[in-house]
Amino acid sequence: MVARIQIPSSAKRGEVVEIRVLIQHPMETGYRHDDVGHLIKRNVINVLSCRYNGVEVFRADLSSGIAANPYVLFFTVAEASGELEFYWIDDEGQQGSERQSIKVT
Amino acid sequence: MKRREFLAGIAGTLALHRAAFADDDVLDPLAAKIAKGAPVRKGKVTVTLPQLADNGNSVPIRIVVDSPMTAADHVKSIHLYSERNPVSNMANFYLGPRAGKAEIDSRVRLAGSQKVTAVAALSDGTFWYDAAPIVVTLSACLDES
Repeated sequence: MVARIQIPSSAKRGEVVEIRVLIQHPMETGYRHDDVGHLIKRNVINVLSCRYNGVEVFRADLSSGIAANPYVLFFTVAEASGELEFYWIDDEGQQGSERQSIKVT
Repeated sequence: MKRREFLAGIAGTLALHRAAFADDDVLDPLAAKIAKGAPVRKGKVTVTLPQLADNGNSVPIRIVVDSPMTAADHVKSIHLYSERNPVSNMANFYLGPRAGKAEIDSRVRLAGSQKVTAVAALSDGTFWYDAAPIVVTLSACLDES
């Protein structure tokens, strides 16, 4: 799964930084039929989490009510230099993760 | 029918019509479940949606909660509900004091014109909500596209 995650590369200590996550995923609702009339199984990213130096700062439970290629914007306080680790998993058990580093001055 | 009765009737119909549409202050019963019986008050939360969406497949939504986001007073979670989607609970977002700002942007799927409700659970145990109406000309989820 391809994802585009945008965080500022550097920030001042205590600054509230914007984090944008966009993951390429069909977010199949489970209500659509294929060409021969069979129901397509639901397959959505159900959990998306963000850890900041090992501490979870954000988590989202998503469902079929979220658009394909889910996009989420949220904020976090820049506390220390280190890594933000993003992790997500879909109904079929496919996992994805990405790490990005942030420099805090 | 006398003219006076007729006018009274018209006025009554208009009042009913207004009542049917001015239900923004009534919380979606499905959304009330999250509070487990605790009162869910209107306020603090602001849901921003476009007034009209041509297509329900991807509708931008913004939820902002008025909170200082400190360890003592912060938003624990934000729950998003749709009135008409087959799955009412669209998403749950879990925040904490580390978020700094209680604001979430995302894109939702909507099955038709409806009211979208966001309920915020605060660290002091109170629940707040806001609802925004939207007109969706082509709905998502159920149509075969």
